[in-house]
Parts: sequence; C-alpha cells; structure tokens
Amino acid sequence: MRELASTEEQELVEALRAGDEAAFMRLVRELGPSMLRLARLFVSSQAVAEDVVQDAWVAVLRGIDRFEARSSLRTWIFRILTNTAKTRGVREGRSVPFSALAGGDEPAVDPDRFLPDDARFPGHWAAPPERWEGAERLLAGETLALIEREIEKLPPLQAAVITMRDVEGLDADEVRNALDLSETNQRVLLHRARSKVRRALEEYMR
Amino acid sequence: MRLDRELNCAQVVELVTAYFEYRLSADDAERFEEHLAFCDGCSTYVEQLRATIAATGRLRSEDVPVELQDRLLDTFRAWRVP
Repeated sequence: MRELASTEEQELVEALRAGDEAAFMRLVRELGPSMLRLARLFVSSQAVAEDVVQDAWVAVLRGIDRFEARSSLRTWIFRILTNTAKTRGVREGRSVPFSALAGGDEPAVDPDRFLPDDARFPGHWAAPPERWEGAERLLAGETLALIEREIEKLPPLQAAVITMRDVEGLDADEVRNALDLSETNQRVLLHRARSKVRRALEEYMR
Repeated sequence: MRLDRELNCAQVVELVTAYFEYRLSADDAERFEEHLAFCDGCSTYVEQLRATIAATGRLRSEDVPVELQDRLLDTFRAWRVP
C-alpha cells in the first residue's frame, strides 16, 4: 500500500461523495483488515470490533463532505476508527493499560550473545548470527506460517504495528497517527516486533 | 538520535529500524555504516532483519468478513439515499 497521490486521493474523495459503490467497497477491503485489528486493541471481542468498524464508516460518510484533506484520507479514517474504538472500549468498561498493550522494554538480541562489560571489546558479538543458508526456505509456506504464529504471540500493539507496517504496507506516519503514538514509540514497537520475528526465524533456519 | 562514541554491536542491533527509516542523523548513519563495514556479525544481522521484513511482507492480510462487507455496503446505500 503506498501513499495515494493527492489527485488520486481527491478523486477517491469525490467518488465517495458521489456515492460510487465500487470505490467505497475497494476502500473497505483495503483498509478493513487494519481497521479491525486497530478496533480489536480497544474492545473485548471480534463482534464488537466489527460494530466499531461499521460505526466508524458511518462517521466517515457523515463527515466526508467536510473532509478538507489536511491529513491523508486514510489517516483521517484511521483516526475516526481509533476514536470510535476507544469510546466503545470505555463504555464497555474495558481499559487496558498502555504497558500491557505495548509489552515491556526488551533488547533486540539476548544480551548473553555479546561480550560482557569487563571484556576487551564489551558489547561486541560473543555469539554472532550465522548466515542463513538456503534463503529460498524463507519464502516457504511453512516459514510464513511460523512468522504468522510469532506475530500472534506479540503484545497486541507490537502485533498491530508490524502488521500494518510490514504486512499491509502502511507508512510510519499513518500508523503513528492511527494509534496516537509518538514517532519514537512507533519505531520502538516496530523494532521489537521485527527483532522477535527475526529471532524465531534464526531458530528455524539453523 | 545522537550517539557520542564508536558503536558496539549491542548498540547497532538496536538501531537497525531507525537506520532503515532514515531516523539517524547523518553522523550517526555514517557511524552505523562504518561499523557494518568491518563487522561481519552486524552485517549478517542487518541482512537478516531485511530478509525478515521481506518474508513478513509475503503474508496476506486477512480478508474483511463477507458478512461485514455486506453490512457496510448496506450502510453506504442507506447513506447515499438522501
């Protein structure tokens, strides 16, 4: 998914305003997976997340005539979705602390793999990674299934960020705005998530 | 982000995403690249993270459930009718 050129985006906005069903459904299918995933961060079940997505689209359609393109259309839609989901989560009495969603502070690589502070070269590799032989294995179905399982195991916010960035191809600003994260937080969450997936692959590629 | 001395490997592995996203200052990016030039372990690490991102990019995102798509189409039609 790439950033829509602004004329392309303007055409899309016009199409929605004009009631173009096909354009609407294309957008629903394109943004839907991310919207559901985002909603799921704040509410208790998949069914409620689907209601949130529907409510968000209602709000989008109600507001589309007033949309002024100060942000990209997708960013605007994600903001509406997140606000809708948060409100619903509060109403459900569900409040999950940020730390539970984001996961703890953990290094990308097990510290034991680096030389200790009293070594001649502290912080340098003691057990460096080995090259992955047979790189075509990385693309095998079995490997992809492993990556999927690994992403499911991540703290929810890390799973959301890596999916939106690396599976669905949204850019850093879109994800940051959708989740109301600082630029640094977005990057740290992405880095932790990618590091854990790499670690799982390292085990597997041995 | 500002780093004040030569990087060690434990630091490099934490900076890879910032490097990929062009979030290191020009000086720091240079230091990062210098480190990679002489460190096989970190070069391999960076390569593996790239390969990880590429492999993750091959996953297909889930489809929006058909039943939800139908509901949304109804929503759209209802909105369109003045």
